[in-house]
Amino acid sequence: MSTPTQLVSTEKAPSSSVGVLAWMRSQLFSSPINSLLTILSVWLLLATVPAMVDWFLISANATASTADECRKSTGACWAMIVEKHRLILFGLYPYDEQWRPMIATGILVGSIILSGWRKLWNIWLLVVWTVSLTVVAILMWGGMLGLTYVENTQWGGLPLTLILSTFGIALAFPLGIVLALGRRSNMPAIKSICIVYIELIRGVPLISLLFMSAVMLPLFLPEGMSIDKLLRAQIAIILFAAAYMAETIRGGLQAIPKGQFEGADSLGLSYWQQMRLIVLPQALKIVIPPLVGLFIALFKDTSLVVIIGIFDLTQAAKAALTDQAWRGFSVEVYIFISAIYFVFCYSMSKYSQSLEKRLATGHER
Amino acid sequence: MADAIIRMKDVNKWYGKFHVLRNINLEVAQGERIVVCGPSGSGKSTLIRCINRLEEHQKGQIIVDGTEITNDLRDVEAIRREVGMVFQHFNLFPHLTVLENLTIGPIWVLKTPKAEAEARAMKYLERVRISEQALKFPGQLSGGQQQRVAIARSLCMDPKIMLFDEPTSALDPEMVKEVLDVMIGLAEESGMTMLCVTHEMGFARKVADRVIFMDQGEIIEENKPEAFFDNPQNERTKLFLSQILH
Repeated sequence: MSTPTQLVSTEKAPSSSVGVLAWMRSQLFSSPINSLLTILSVWLLLATVPAMVDWFLISANATASTADECRKSTGACWAMIVEKHRLILFGLYPYDEQWRPMIATGILVGSIILSGWRKLWNIWLLVVWTVSLTVVAILMWGGMLGLTYVENTQWGGLPLTLILSTFGIALAFPLGIVLALGRRSNMPAIKSICIVYIELIRGVPLISLLFMSAVMLPLFLPEGMSIDKLLRAQIAIILFAAAYMAETIRGGLQAIPKGQFEGADSLGLSYWQQMRLIVLPQALKIVIPPLVGLFIALFKDTSLVVIIGIFDLTQAAKAALTDQAWRGFSVEVYIFISAIYFVFCYSMSKYSQSLEKRLATGHER
Repeated sequence: MADAIIRMKDVNKWYGKFHVLRNINLEVAQGERIVVCGPSGSGKSTLIRCINRLEEHQKGQIIVDGTEITNDLRDVEAIRREVGMVFQHFNLFPHLTVLENLTIGPIWVLKTPKAEAEARAMKYLERVRISEQALKFPGQLSGGQQQRVAIARSLCMDPKIMLFDEPTSALDPEMVKEVLDVMIGLAEESGMTMLCVTHEMGFARKVADRVIFMDQGEIIEENKPEAFFDNPQNERTKLFLSQILH
């Protein structure tokens, strides 16, 4: 369609509609209100950007060795981050052993990146994760291969946040699919169980679920039996996220036309084959944007585990702020951990956009 | 008819209170080609959709190739393996290539090895004259091409019976012929049992062994095509024919 043929004479657009001036006229000054907004925006940028650059970079001090030295400068005190970065990143993990969570974090991030590679979406992905999770577990716990044992109450910081959100997403997602299918089931018992579950969980804040897992659950367990606190928080996060994912996925399922089910029926595909081969691939593709939104929300919501005393990235940042010698630099610390959260969330968002593009098969009307 | 491959006995169906099929009795012989026509809402699509249980009948008996259609899912799946269906809106799977659309049934339902399924798929794509589109997605094809792919998809399952539910109604006029040609070729070469809901009377004259006219959920008249078109008996048939033939 777009290739010009010899039969049709091609004419260039008039010069008044191309070029920088034309672009400015149509995009920035097309009406009085538009012009006013343009001028206001420019003023706002001029008023804020130089000051921010000054604080962040020019007057900032990243090399000070004491807090007092840092306080003399008017800009950001990045020396605080240099001083405290290991506490923030790895929490209370024994200082001399912190190379272990560092490598574990690297392995986790590496596996997550590999999972985004479509060529590996087969049995290899399972192999990658089995190997990497085994290595991560050995590194984090130790107690073998000459590594000292580190209890998981001492884990903290970035690896903990990554572990909570990786397992959260990886397990909540399939559970969400099952719940979504269950809610659309023709079998009344399965359908009502799924509805009750979804509505109950969605009606409760994550914080209260975490509290329940930390405080109430142990009361109900028989004497002498205890489930690890971290594991309980992890389960609460999975159960919570699955309910939301279920509803998002159900939305995708409802967007699949009846003809798709009939086409699959007419070939004799069984229910599970239909779901796996025909319905879910299309439904999940439709809900990539809201689903990744939920993944991102889950990643950030893991910071709520601070309220039951688990030492994730946010809690580790708060711990770094309690050092009397380095008081008063909370902004820097929060910017630092925000930047970490941002890198992960933005990567997820970008990946979802590229995935949407690659999965497009030209039937979107 | 001793060798009937489809037997429908006193079949009734209701949508809520609406009585959509009334006392349908129909026997289709092996290799017979039947065209079902009638005004919209007469139940003709519902009739053929009952044959592979896309619709459930509530009374009466339907036996397809010796198996009665019941609530037993295994029977239904067995019948669906024998019965191919072509839909008005094609119902191709848009996330799969043309080739994958054709092989998904053989691979997963008939457990055919992938290479063999692909070879057969290519054979049928050639038969519907569209093999050069094998690696495209359905969304990149025209309506007529998509419908030919849909016919090939059904044929790949090696069905004994083919059902066509208004296969040309959703097509642009210039694409109707390419689809009808494929259907005519199928009728003449394969000896397949075919039930076709269509208003293409030229097609009916050319290939049908029998034309069935339905109105208000009943079979009003059935006859050989020449007799049906040239000498209709029932008043409603006459009215219908006068409306579609002008």
